Amino acid sequence: MLEQLIPNLKNQIGKLKIGNFTWQNSRAFWTVLALFIIIVANRLISPNFFSIQMVEGRLIGSLINILDGAAPIMLLSIGMTLVIATKGVDLSVGAVMAICAAVAVMLINQYESGATDFYYTPPFVILIALGTGALCGLWNGILVAFFDIQPIVATMILMTSGRGIAQMITNGQSPTFTDDTLAFIGRGVIFGVPFPIYLYLAVFLLVYLLVRRTAIGLMIESVGINARASYYAGINASLIKVLVYVLSGVCAALAGLIIAGEVKSADPHKNGEWAELDAILAVVIGGTSLSGGRFSLGLSALGVLIVQSLLTGLYISKLHPTANLVVKAIVVLVVLLFQSDEFRRRIRQLVRRRA
Amino acid sequence: MRHIKWVVLVLVALSLVAPLAVAQEDTGEGLTIGFSQIGSESAWRTSFTNAVKAEAEARGINLLFSDAQQEQENQIAAMQAWIAQGDVDAIVLAPVVVSGWDVVLQEAKDAGIPVVIVDRNVDSDPSLFVTRVSSDFVHEGRLAAAWLVQATSGQCNIVELYGTVGSAAAEDRNQGFNEVIALFPGMKIIRSETGNFVRTEGKQVMESFLSAEDPANICAVWAHNDDMAIGAIEAIKEAGLVPAKDILIVSVDAIPDIFDSLDAGETNATVELSPFMGAPAFDAVVSYLNGEELPKWVPVAGKLYTDRAAYDADHQ
Repeated sequence: MLEQLIPNLKNQIGKLKIGNFTWQNSRAFWTVLALFIIIVANRLISPNFFSIQMVEGRLIGSLINILDGAAPIMLLSIGMTLVIATKGVDLSVGAVMAICAAVAVMLINQYESGATDFYYTPPFVILIALGTGALCGLWNGILVAFFDIQPIVATMILMTSGRGIAQMITNGQSPTFTDDTLAFIGRGVIFGVPFPIYLYLAVFLLVYLLVRRTAIGLMIESVGINARASYYAGINASLIKVLVYVLSGVCAALAGLIIAGEVKSADPHKNGEWAELDAILAVVIGGTSLSGGRFSLGLSALGVLIVQSLLTGLYISKLHPTANLVVKAIVVLVVLLFQSDEFRRRIRQLVRRRA
Repeated sequence: MRHIKWVVLVLVALSLVAPLAVAQEDTGEGLTIGFSQIGSESAWRTSFTNAVKAEAEARGINLLFSDAQQEQENQIAAMQAWIAQGDVDAIVLAPVVVSGWDVVLQEAKDAGIPVVIVDRNVDSDPSLFVTRVSSDFVHEGRLAAAWLVQATSGQCNIVELYGTVGSAAAEDRNQGFNEVIALFPGMKIIRSETGNFVRTEGKQVMESFLSAEDPANICAVWAHNDDMAIGAIEAIKEAGLVPAKDILIVSVDAIPDIFDSLDAGETNATVELSPFMGAPAFDAVVSYLNGEELPKWVPVAGKLYTDRAAYDADHQ
């Protein structure tokens, strides 16, 4: 019954076309279905899951909380998707978040204690932090593209040393700040909606246009599928790789600034802790293969929303906290299994044999 | 009768001097003690270091201080140097990790130098060290619960922001808190979720609680650390409620930021994760050198503070 229903549903949905985006991709179908099920489950757990209220000029409600809470990982997932599409991986993003937050907070502390040089003013501090992220990405990109070090190893260098660097920048402390401009990145509100959501949408749109309205997206995919063939086809594979790592570094910088702004502190120990794994998980759940090639920024975003909705579901469920990780693991497993063509084929076989 | 007056005076004078004489013997004056500290990664760690240094100075102990910069090998190297030179009477060790101490502790024991473990634990055989001085997390949980019971006359629906599941600080604080509220049928934990001791996660968990539960039904937040409480304060404010009034907040650690919140009237109470481990550690060394038997754990209990003035008075 279900077996008949789902392909039917799929055909129906397959006819829907939004721009040049179709639902024909089966991975997309399963990702959307997973998100849908989790949201329905959340609604069952908490009757006012969908309620959104305006309180003191700010929208509050579970859906807003999910989008707001997901923003840092959403940003990471943009860079991570492109890196993974080139058959790479960026393990350093969590540490880069900590480094960039540390740089920003140390500079803004100078500004707060009266330094008047222009590079201590909040807009420049933000630019310097983004530049630091780009520099970290450049380092990763050069190691991968020009020294041909395997991405997992190359980015692990910064992953392990990065937190140490962040601690050196802050002298081992966790400095706090009060500047409202820097804090706005993490806790600002425009038209009732938290600023991190706008930030994510803006970066998403920019990167989407960059990869889909130019040939860069195609080049990224071709580098991921076969770097050598791309090279012979005239694509500068090294440049493409450096580009995606730099982009990933900048995304990490923004994510780090969001967290720093939210807590008004550069916590070099906790800022971005495990964030690289959450980002990779989201990209994989979104259906981008770790073996490179075809990618979808939109599906990666859905992957983040799946993880964040699941987390929110766990928070509002009355499960004991010890169960969280197990439930999370089971849900992720189920989603990944249903995305696997092989798994679905075997299930079909099993059903047929029974019948 | 005039004699009696003199006798009384002499007795009074003696009673004043006698305790001093005894106390002097027990402070460890003139001892040389090596102190291997993890590093200075947090404000708490720094105040812990300062507290030990101040205590040593007050007692006339010659303290050799070594900052390990988060590296176990630095700690082992420092201890081995002290042991080799034979110029310390005892070693106080704040271990950065739990395992890998057997060899150096054995070396200290063979050299007849007692070692007192402070703060985090080691997994070595207890015969290799004198005792461990550390915070009593269970006590902290009990103290927080006792305050909340009193503030609400034993009637309160509590939401709990759990620390990292499995960590001693989280499990023990939870246990202590539950022990006390179990005595009051009106005290109930209606929701409990982990915020991993992190500010952003504390905020997200609290947001979820506020949307899933009628906020009017939540009487108090019990957070396993101040960072999560600060996150919860943000969530409560964003929901248009008044923290510390509409919803009471009690947490543990007494980090500097929580006193800003107390000043602003946005939280109610914090239990100090006591940095004062110098005095009990030095007492343990002195008792050991006097040949006394010691328990293998000396708990240090923090105090509960509801305002900055009381805290400052204890930390001059």
